[in-house]
Amino acid sequence: MTAVRRAADWGPALVVFVLVIAAWEGGIAAFHVQQFLLPRPTSIVQSFWTERHTLWPAGWYTFKEALGGFAVGSTLGVVAATLVGRFKVVGTAFMPIAIAANAVPIIAFAPIFDVWFNPLSPRSKMAIAAVLCFLPVMVNTLRGLQSASPRQIELMRSYAASDLEIWRRVRVPTALPFLFTALKVASVLAMIGAIVGEYFGGSFNALGVLINSDAQVFDFVTAWAGILVASLLGLSLYGAVVLAERIVVRWAPQNRGS
Amino acid sequence: MSDPVVSISHVTKTFAQGNVTALQDIELELMPGEFVSLIGPSGCGKSTLLRVIGDLIEPTSGAVTVNRKTARQARIDRDYGIVFQDSVLFDWRTVAKNIALPLEMLGWDREKRRQRVAEMMELVDLEGFGDHHPWQLSGGMQQRASIARALAFEPALLLMDEPFGALDEMTRERLNLELLSIWERLGSTVVFVTHSISEAVFLSTRVVVMSPRPGRIAGIVDIDLPSPRGVETREDPRFFELVTQVRELLRKRGEHLLPEEEGL
Repeated sequence: MTAVRRAADWGPALVVFVLVIAAWEGGIAAFHVQQFLLPRPTSIVQSFWTERHTLWPAGWYTFKEALGGFAVGSTLGVVAATLVGRFKVVGTAFMPIAIAANAVPIIAFAPIFDVWFNPLSPRSKMAIAAVLCFLPVMVNTLRGLQSASPRQIELMRSYAASDLEIWRRVRVPTALPFLFTALKVASVLAMIGAIVGEYFGGSFNALGVLINSDAQVFDFVTAWAGILVASLLGLSLYGAVVLAERIVVRWAPQNRGS
Repeated sequence: MSDPVVSISHVTKTFAQGNVTALQDIELELMPGEFVSLIGPSGCGKSTLLRVIGDLIEPTSGAVTVNRKTARQARIDRDYGIVFQDSVLFDWRTVAKNIALPLEMLGWDREKRRQRVAEMMELVDLEGFGDHHPWQLSGGMQQRASIARALAFEPALLLMDEPFGALDEMTRERLNLELLSIWERLGSTVVFVTHSISEAVFLSTRVVVMSPRPGRIAGIVDIDLPSPRGVETREDPRFFELVTQVRELLRKRGEHLLPEEEGL
């Protein structure tokens, strides 16, 4: 039954995916689209394979930057949310600034971070990824911490629970689904931060640098293959967060199986 | 005569917002083993009074003692269990762990908790559902789990705030019967807030009729229906007399809306 249901869940998406790729491939042949404007999917896949010895290590290098930034930024986001949630003063002092900062296109700071940290060091890209991850994680986690049901808190008070116990047993569990929603967003942002950061310069064996330099020498097929690597790595980080979510917050409405 | 379980003297509660007098000069004593319903239209302060007894709301003036202690001390000593209109179960805990929550807070060890939870699940007829999560249960079952949780540490006093208000009529009547049999077995004192006249008369030993603006006691009806009560009680002529008596008390206070017609 589950196998059938799974096929029913994934089938339509798979069909659309195959159709899009086929239309892409066919369209390029039919309209004689030039290679540098849009390469055929088959040549991208071919390049993905022939260039594997440069693309994949570069992808792994960039992935580690993204992962580091994701870990640092998300951790700081959770810590900040906890402080703001716990101490009202911190919240009134920092929240307006944090919300304003949320509207700043942080990626614009990439060249600055390159100056602050060595542009050739992975730390400069980690810093960009971390800053990108920080705010969504903080804002969502805080919202989660503040979403505890008043009745549940009243129940805990009827047991003479301390503030700390109410945190541990009500506020933190309530915040977990919010946290995972934020981590999913952050996992995507981390990869964007690392790659775009590398567009401004970085180590030669980094994926963003490779994509950028391939594009500059009109090797668009390899650039596309690099984008494919970036996409696969981004998806795998996202997938890992989804998997963790399924395990940790099995009880949340979106994860409720039978 | 033994000491009252709950003693409320001259309790007044005003809320700063809107300058509302939720409770005005309430006087009430509950003796051990009594089942007392608080009934009245919305805004009569019945839920506020329940929370004042549970020290979840502080009265503006007046005093409440529970088991001869201040309400605060009684709360700290976990002298009462509470059941709300919605079951307030934690989605991240299984049914068994929800029932065990107060026991964890009391520092009971795992084995003792397991035993008591098993007893409570039997009491409320939820055997076999311990590993389920709350959302996998029907509304009636959720409310039974929350009653089991409230009774798990054997509090002398049970506070219930419209516990069956959100359930359909048939489930409600069945749970009324179950609650009565649990109460008869455990002998605890119950304060029961309700909107329903027939529910109040059916369950209680005394019905406290309240009226709003300001919230005060309009009258108290002693329910002298024979015990144990069952399905046939609701067909007893005396039952109808008492229902009428409560209804008259509610109407006499100039209430145009009967509680059952309001918000239902």
